[in-house]
Amino acid sequence: MKHTIDIFRVDNVIHHLKHYLPSQAPLKDFIHHNTLHAFQDRKFFQAITEASNIFGYKTSLSLSEYRMLFLSGKIQVGVLEKVIQSRKGKGQQEEWKQKMLQGEYSDNFAGRRSHLRNHWKDLYNIDLDLAIQPFLFRFLCSYLDQGIAIWRFPVWNKGFLTTIREMERNTFNSFFKTPRARKLLMDRKCEIIDLLQILVGDETLFEHYLFDQQFAHPGWSGMVSVIEDTPQSLLDARRISLHDLIIFELLLEIDQLDRKFGENWLPLGLRIEKKPEHLFANVEVTEYREVLHLWQEAFEWTYYDQVLGGISKVTVRNEEVRKVDFQALFCIDDRECSFRRYVEDIDPGAETFGTPGFFGVEFYYKPMNGKFSMKVCPAPVTPKYLIKEEIENKTTKKDFHFADYTHSLFFGWLITHSIGFWSAIRLFINIFTPRLSPATTLSFRHMDRFSRLSVEHFGHEQPEDGLQVGFTVTEMADRVEALLKSIGLVGDFAPIVYVVGHGASSVNNTHYAGYDCGACSGRPGSVNARVLCYMANHLEVRQILKSRGITIPATTIFLGALHDTTRDEIEFYDDQFTDAGKNQLHLKNKEVFQKALLRNARERARRFVTISPKLSLRRLYKKVKDRSVSLFEPRPELNHATNALCIIGRRDMTKDLFLDRRAFMNSYDCTIDPEGNSLFHILKAAAPVCGGINLEYYFSRVDNLKLGAGTKLPHNVMGLIGVANGIDGDLRPGLPNQMVEVHDPVRLLIIAEHYPEVVLKTIQRTPELYEWFINEWVHLVAIHPDNRTIWRFEEGSFTEYMPDYQPDVVGNIEKHFETEVDNLPVFLIK
Amino acid sequence: MDKFLEIFILWPMAAFFISLFLPKSNEKLISGFSFGVVGLHFISIIGFLAYWISVGRGNINIQEFSLYKSENLHYFIDFYFDHVTAVYSLVGSMLTFLVITYSRIYLHREDGFKRFFYTILFFYAGYNLAVYAGNLETLFIGWEILGITSFLLVAFYRERYLPVKNALKVFSIYRIGDVGILLAMWASHHFWHENVTFEKMHDINQVQSHLQGHALFGVFISIMLLLAACAKSAQFPFSSWLPRAMEGPTPSSAIFYGSLSVHLGVFLLLRTMSFWEQQLLPSILIGTVGLFTAIIGASIGRVQSSVKSQIAYASVAQIGLIFFELALGFETLALVHFAGNAFLRTYQLLVSPSAVSYLIREQFYHFESKHQNIETHFSKKLEYSLFLLSIKEWNMDELLDKFIWKPLKHMGTLLSFLNSRNVFYFVIPTYVIGLLVKITSYSIPPFMLDLLPEIYAFLGLLLVFRAYSERRNVFVGWTLILMNHFWVVLAISFNDTLSLYETIYYFTGVIVAGLLGYTVLYALQKKEAGIDLNRFQGHVYEYPRWSAAFLTACLGLAGFPISTTFVGEDILFSHISYDQVFLAFYLSLGFVISGITLIRMFARLFLGPHVKRYHAIAQRSS
Repeated sequence: MKHTIDIFRVDNVIHHLKHYLPSQAPLKDFIHHNTLHAFQDRKFFQAITEASNIFGYKTSLSLSEYRMLFLSGKIQVGVLEKVIQSRKGKGQQEEWKQKMLQGEYSDNFAGRRSHLRNHWKDLYNIDLDLAIQPFLFRFLCSYLDQGIAIWRFPVWNKGFLTTIREMERNTFNSFFKTPRARKLLMDRKCEIIDLLQILVGDETLFEHYLFDQQFAHPGWSGMVSVIEDTPQSLLDARRISLHDLIIFELLLEIDQLDRKFGENWLPLGLRIEKKPEHLFANVEVTEYREVLHLWQEAFEWTYYDQVLGGISKVTVRNEEVRKVDFQALFCIDDRECSFRRYVEDIDPGAETFGTPGFFGVEFYYKPMNGKFSMKVCPAPVTPKYLIKEEIENKTTKKDFHFADYTHSLFFGWLITHSIGFWSAIRLFINIFTPRLSPATTLSFRHMDRFSRLSVEHFGHEQPEDGLQVGFTVTEMADRVEALLKSIGLVGDFAPIVYVVGHGASSVNNTHYAGYDCGACSGRPGSVNARVLCYMANHLEVRQILKSRGITIPATTIFLGALHDTTRDEIEFYDDQFTDAGKNQLHLKNKEVFQKALLRNARERARRFVTISPKLSLRRLYKKVKDRSVSLFEPRPELNHATNALCIIGRRDMTKDLFLDRRAFMNSYDCTIDPEGNSLFHILKAAAPVCGGINLEYYFSRVDNLKLGAGTKLPHNVMGLIGVANGIDGDLRPGLPNQMVEVHDPVRLLIIAEHYPEVVLKTIQRTPELYEWFINEWVHLVAIHPDNRTIWRFEEGSFTEYMPDYQPDVVGNIEKHFETEVDNLPVFLIK
Repeated sequence: MDKFLEIFILWPMAAFFISLFLPKSNEKLISGFSFGVVGLHFISIIGFLAYWISVGRGNINIQEFSLYKSENLHYFIDFYFDHVTAVYSLVGSMLTFLVITYSRIYLHREDGFKRFFYTILFFYAGYNLAVYAGNLETLFIGWEILGITSFLLVAFYRERYLPVKNALKVFSIYRIGDVGILLAMWASHHFWHENVTFEKMHDINQVQSHLQGHALFGVFISIMLLLAACAKSAQFPFSSWLPRAMEGPTPSSAIFYGSLSVHLGVFLLLRTMSFWEQQLLPSILIGTVGLFTAIIGASIGRVQSSVKSQIAYASVAQIGLIFFELALGFETLALVHFAGNAFLRTYQLLVSPSAVSYLIREQFYHFESKHQNIETHFSKKLEYSLFLLSIKEWNMDELLDKFIWKPLKHMGTLLSFLNSRNVFYFVIPTYVIGLLVKITSYSIPPFMLDLLPEIYAFLGLLLVFRAYSERRNVFVGWTLILMNHFWVVLAISFNDTLSLYETIYYFTGVIVAGLLGYTVLYALQKKEAGIDLNRFQGHVYEYPRWSAAFLTACLGLAGFPISTTFVGEDILFSHISYDQVFLAFYLSLGFVISGITLIRMFARLFLGPHVKRYHAIAQRSS
């Protein structure tokens, strides 16, 4: 790969920059994605080496960390040897093992970036970043602010640069201290290239310079780039572009330099003696890197081998007809993995399914009194439908601590003298007996359980916000059919089919949106669950379904629910039946859910070291719930931490396995999908969504300082769109340390149950999907449906894999929760 | 009862020392210990207050032990308890207790868990010392402890650039405030002819009678107190440090900069109110500064787009109003205002992360696309200008830069002809000449002799300036600061006879600290080639123990209340007569700048992003 952009083209470079900048949206739409998405066109190991050498990221664990893992048995020697053998060939084993265990390499995570722009300090003795950034960030944040400042930005609805010009024209207080920068600003023809000509002089260095400059504050630049591309990510829209930001920053730089040296200084490019290495010049994979890569693979396969060993030991059940008490659909989310296990354990007649938590119904949702509508389906989908909540007397409680008037001079004076003292009492109460408050984000508030939803489109409703209100009957039938077929639930319906969405609750949590359902664009899945149930219960829909081969008996009803993954509570919707027998059945099932939640909370609690495992189940449950309302709890729940697997197949394949809440689970029945059509749709969503979550966790964990958001304890909310440390800092995209600290950085292993040749054809249907696998950003294994043999995808083809691991058979898994806080091995549950 | 009060004050200090020895990995023990200590303290304060109210709320003064006594100086620790102390200690203990409780879980698994708790305990000890102080000297000890703990908590995330940079900024401004207290102490010594207690200061007749004939001195003392109060309470022109101090974990920001530390300037004014209230000019000044800060603080606060800086400026504005209330003589109102402001801002800071979800929800349900506010009605030009001015924080930083930091740097640059090779050729001979003159003083004409103290103190000050601008050689910087102490002592000895005892008292601290510093620097240089003061090097990553030792040495050399030098400083000042304002000024300036220089030296060597890149390093902009 050789980049030779000798002729500088602004558009190309800006495009290039935007590609590499972080692409995290404003906080309200937290969506997980591969942090290094820009490198995804390369093989994983090549990509992380380049990212490290170019940008100075730490892209894997360090050598000493791997060696520690080896010593503690978390990397198995057998697996390590296998990895060396497959990567380096047979004869090399001892030599590479020696290198990995004893080789002397020094870790070094210094990148090429900033080498050019550092010369300002070295040669001109001027610290441009220190002089410019604080003002630039503050101004930018004021411009983009969504509702913190009391005095809103005075110029409205113009572009960023136009705004600056407008202000500069009408002020006694210029942006600049010297005349030249001001003149350049007012000259509308002045372009990036002209400013670079003044600052850098040498055209071959322009691109490098801009990269250095913008990557000195990747957080803000990335945010600007995201808002430029998706203006709807802000409720209060702003027009801004990376181009404008660059011009403004370049002007501020010229201003600083003019101030120090007058207008006669030599451009940077003409003063440096040795040109820095080209930013994107070839990156050599050194022996040290190879060692790291071998370690990483050995680390991953030590775990994968356990899982695959476990799967190969699961006994194939007889196809006897079981009595099904009820069925329940859950999100594929890794947090539902243990909940399902408990439901099935408590009521062996329960059958559970996993599917992305928007349940195949894509739409915008507008709550009662809402001024906007929010997307509640996977982020890349653009729905055409709107669902409205309708209810009388909906009120929201207020908290004066967030009110503008507390900050004003005279009202502030009154307040400090009066309700200021109430704050002290509130603080006391909140610290000693944490409770719900208006500041809490509660998943059940997403939709009022007594509200009506406008699910059905009768043809007479006017479109709203350019969207059709509700779905027509055929549109409903299409969605229900697709969903049921993809999870393999096409017959044997139980009397009640629960559709359980999920959401999370927390307080003092700036990343709250990242805790909700990822398939619903970071919102709770309650509306989707209810909408799907409405559709599936619709008589006309059922008729259409019948004509398409899915017969839902009249006695079956679909029932929506929401599982709060933080509080481990469940809320059911529309569950008043006229039929007493149904009510009875539902009450019985509710108890099953309740018991399962209790045990689920206990399983989760083992990771929260601050909760003593010796507490009684009830007290422990209370402690877990308290976390969601405690101001001082930076870890209300651990979200997707430890995720490592995505299992696509029938439940039987994994039902007896203890997977420690590490698996995304999508139900899929290959027997009704011989061509792999449903599989394609599942993979098309699972690879980017689960892969994205997994890789974001991976990178935030290995380099929490540059690719993650660092510890959240000092975070300061900037303009409601991001967080920074302190008030002068850059935005911090990525995940905070508290979310990822217990995560083991391993790539996702997708396990799909189908014939290897079908899986191969399926993933090759689109290049975007194939890229995930062929470039090794996620691992893929196919389980042969007939004989449960395991086939590993490698370098474009499937080869059979023989796991070594023999799982322990465990009767009472819960005894491990009292002593173990780390990841547990894969067990076979009796 | 008195004994009880003493235990009270010294209890947190004892707890701090104990906490240093708790095992680092035992979170439960560390946080439980702090919780117990401060909780008990809080409860006993409530008990004591109940008792105190029941016996008639009389003022209590306890003369504690003497630290130093000679014929012209009696340096003693003194405690005082009245309604002001009552309010401050109650609010302080309650908030500290709540914040510690809050942090027990909040800080879980954080690097520096123990560091956080012992720093808070140290802070609490200093706070108590300050609010229970019965004289300026005692108050100053508490004041200095607050300064250093502030530095440590702002720089809590010491491996990043901005916290360390901002910690230095906060520390430097606190040091400016220290000049005020040092000079106020010196002047009041001459004003009262003794080491005056607050109890005496509260005797209005006494104040009145002393003010007659010393009116100018009275004004001088008051203005110095105001300077100290402004720096500590972030009033004009020092306000910009307050939002920048919000770099530590949120609870520490809440307790320091939301509530307690930032209201200590108010406390200083409350404490000395009976004194400055008797004088018109200082009262007017205090009122003006307060009102002006209130107005610009509110205008800056209105444009802040980050939650914490918004709270910081709102608080600054309210404190401005408190100053104003004090100037008008409303003492009780000011006390109530302090408590209300402290509670409100602490809570607001603690719930600040919730602002995202809460305000976005508000926006979602109540959005109006165009906002109206007062400023919309201004002319466009005025509106834009005011907006930009507020975004630029009324250029307060530039003001300080222009009038304080730039001239300092400039002075140092002027002296840059003194480099590591030749500097000692100038310094040592001049010193030897001085010594000879001292020994043979009879042969010098008297008018020369009168000038010598100022000349030598000034030369000493130049050494400090030179050290301040030294960026290359750590040893030169260290030596220059060390030598300043010798020059200062020589200068004073021209003035008055310093007894051997006094000299030894002063130098013990200096020399021990100086040697400790050399040892660490030498060891560090042997390990790490190329240590300099040009950038932050973050060596604490590999050498946490050396870092602690060097910090101790810096504090010792800077005359912090950890060694005899602290008292020694006061001894020196007592030898400066009332007409030698310049001498007093040189001396205090020297102490202040050497303090800044030393802490910066420590920060550059041990804090900030690590120079070695074998582990993950944060962006400089974070």
